[in-house]
Amino acid sequence: MSALRTSGPARAGQYLALLAYLVFLAFPFLWLVSTAFKPAPELASLHPTWIPEEPTLANFRQAFDEQPLLRAAGNSLVAAVAAAVIAVLIATPLAYVTARHRGRLTSAATGWVVVSQAFPFVLVIIPLFLILKNLHLVNSGFGLVLVYVVWSLPFALWMLMGYVRAVPAELEEAAAVDGAGRLRTLVSVTAPLLAPGIVATALFAFVTAWNEFFFALVLLKTPEKQTLPVVLTHFLGAEGVADLGPLAAAAFLATLPSLVVFALLQRRISGGMLAGAVKS
Amino acid sequence: MRRLLTCAAALALLLTGCTAGHDGPDDGVVRLRFQSLAWQKESVDANRQLVKEWNAAHPDIQVEYVQGSWDSVHDQLLTSFEGGEAPDIIHDASDDLADFAYGGDLADLRPLLSERLRADIPARSWETTTFGADRGVYGVPFLQEPRVIIANRKILESSGVRVPTPERPWSWSEFRQIAQDLTRSMGPGRYAVAWPLKEPVSVSLNLGLSAGGQLFHREPDGRVTVRFTEADAVVPGTIRDLVVTDRTAPRTTLGSGGSDTLPGLFAGKYAMVPLGFAYRQQIAQQAPEGFEWTVLPAPAGSAGLTQGVSPQTLSIAEDSPYKKEAAAFLDFFLRPENMVRLARGDWMLPTGTAALADPALHTARDGWATGAAVAERLRPAPAQSVRGYPEWKDKVATPAFQEYYSGAIDGAELSRRLVADGNRVLARYQRK
Repeated sequence: MSALRTSGPARAGQYLALLAYLVFLAFPFLWLVSTAFKPAPELASLHPTWIPEEPTLANFRQAFDEQPLLRAAGNSLVAAVAAAVIAVLIATPLAYVTARHRGRLTSAATGWVVVSQAFPFVLVIIPLFLILKNLHLVNSGFGLVLVYVVWSLPFALWMLMGYVRAVPAELEEAAAVDGAGRLRTLVSVTAPLLAPGIVATALFAFVTAWNEFFFALVLLKTPEKQTLPVVLTHFLGAEGVADLGPLAAAAFLATLPSLVVFALLQRRISGGMLAGAVKS
Repeated sequence: MRRLLTCAAALALLLTGCTAGHDGPDDGVVRLRFQSLAWQKESVDANRQLVKEWNAAHPDIQVEYVQGSWDSVHDQLLTSFEGGEAPDIIHDASDDLADFAYGGDLADLRPLLSERLRADIPARSWETTTFGADRGVYGVPFLQEPRVIIANRKILESSGVRVPTPERPWSWSEFRQIAQDLTRSMGPGRYAVAWPLKEPVSVSLNLGLSAGGQLFHREPDGRVTVRFTEADAVVPGTIRDLVVTDRTAPRTTLGSGGSDTLPGLFAGKYAMVPLGFAYRQQIAQQAPEGFEWTVLPAPAGSAGLTQGVSPQTLSIAEDSPYKKEAAAFLDFFLRPENMVRLARGDWMLPTGTAALADPALHTARDGWATGAAVAERLRPAPAQSVRGYPEWKDKVATPAFQEYYSGAIDGAELSRRLVADGNRVLARYQRK
């Protein structure tokens, strides 16, 4: 324990470093917020300011006026929630089996999961598109959710395997000795201990789907079904020209759901992240 | 258990909320999907309004407006073509069409277009969408954007330099001299001109036509090779001189996009910025009160005001079962009066001669007259129909021009890279 003790100046240095890191992390978001509230002349100022001199909601009004942001956000939310729930429902039992019953097959499966993360987007998009077309799932929210589930499943599985391994098998054995059946043990003993990990995994799947752009762009044909990241690109013109104010306003709104979900679940997530950090 | 059922029900509800849609009921009505890349409000409004007018007048051929994005259109179309799910009517730029045209994804429009439309658009514009040995036409070029110089009127007039007009433009050497005079009169920390050269290839090649630069040459056997002649060196050499030798253009803007230079223009840090014609919309929107700006023609060389453009185009997918109907819509969409609406919405110039004659596009306000005056000097951008050009541009030309303009390499090295490395790339695409 004494090894962790630090002197005053060292601790101050640590806090300073942490502060610098937090500022670094927060900078893009804070700049986005600042931009969203700036009127056009301030956006084009040679000496940009952090706090808008004449804050305005005009960018938000214009963004909502020009693009169906609410509808697109609704589509994104449905797709992201569905993808997160399904991914967790599939990944949890798979992760449990893979983590608890180690063997050649499970090792190979785990290896394949890791390798599949290295596939580039362009490698999978056309075959995937053709498969979905044959299944009549192009231009379908369900097809999109399916893709998101498939896309996030390997990493979700990998994450959850770590959490399952962090739950001591001795606890399950003790429950069995006390007379609990397999299902009872899983539901009453393992599941509550896994909950933070499941929440963290679901959140990962949610954010992945919420931010995903290219699959949504390619798969959804009708404007009514487009998701938020696709609609955001409508503020961009040729050769990188952008309608900066409305784009920032819309992008700020697009980051809010993730922030809210993170804020609400933060304690559970940090619990989930720490699970397994210490070996039993 | 109850909780589990509730979760399952909620999930089912979520999924039914996003299940598949249909392409439309089987009621005999032809339904066309039109993917537009219009993005500025006025332009989107004009597009939507035209679709609305068409739909009202043609209950048996209904067009659905689909918003696309410039940022990702190539990849999206590529995937859609491969999957057989492309929109019927496709908005794109002519320099993006070659691969799709050679790949058989786009319909040859020659038998589909009306005589009126064919005659209205000049041959030089049709050249931008004509590909292959059989000279098929794979898109209708309808909007184009010359590169102009946006200038701070007060700085320009107070300095006493000659203000150019389309009739009496600056030559490239005069431009260099004027940049020196302006920089001197503006004082330290200020520059006559800012070159936003994040995408240096199109600027160099398109403006290079004014000095007779061509770079890409079609040989008698049909192959295209790169040659870097004296004429090709005029425009890149002038830009480099401004930045490296004269220091009348800041090095810092070389990696910038056009929008990034506007704050400096508004603040009087730069007197002039060469930009695409459509940037006027941003300037009109963002310029601070009292900022006076003017639109000047780009400098002229031995070929006068000639410059290259890649017009915006409308194509029809080869897989579309309703090509005739789609062509009828194009004919309506690109009537002269409609082309004017689209051009004004996008702050660009129409290709159609009838639309271009519209008085609304010849007003001095916002520099429309300057653009209209150079319209007849616009030519197909060099190499846009050359297979392998995108790879040449990304892997060879972009880094070479960037290093050249920043002073890292000299003209000989630029020439070597563009020609030797470039021809190696092109050869791969031209193997028989």
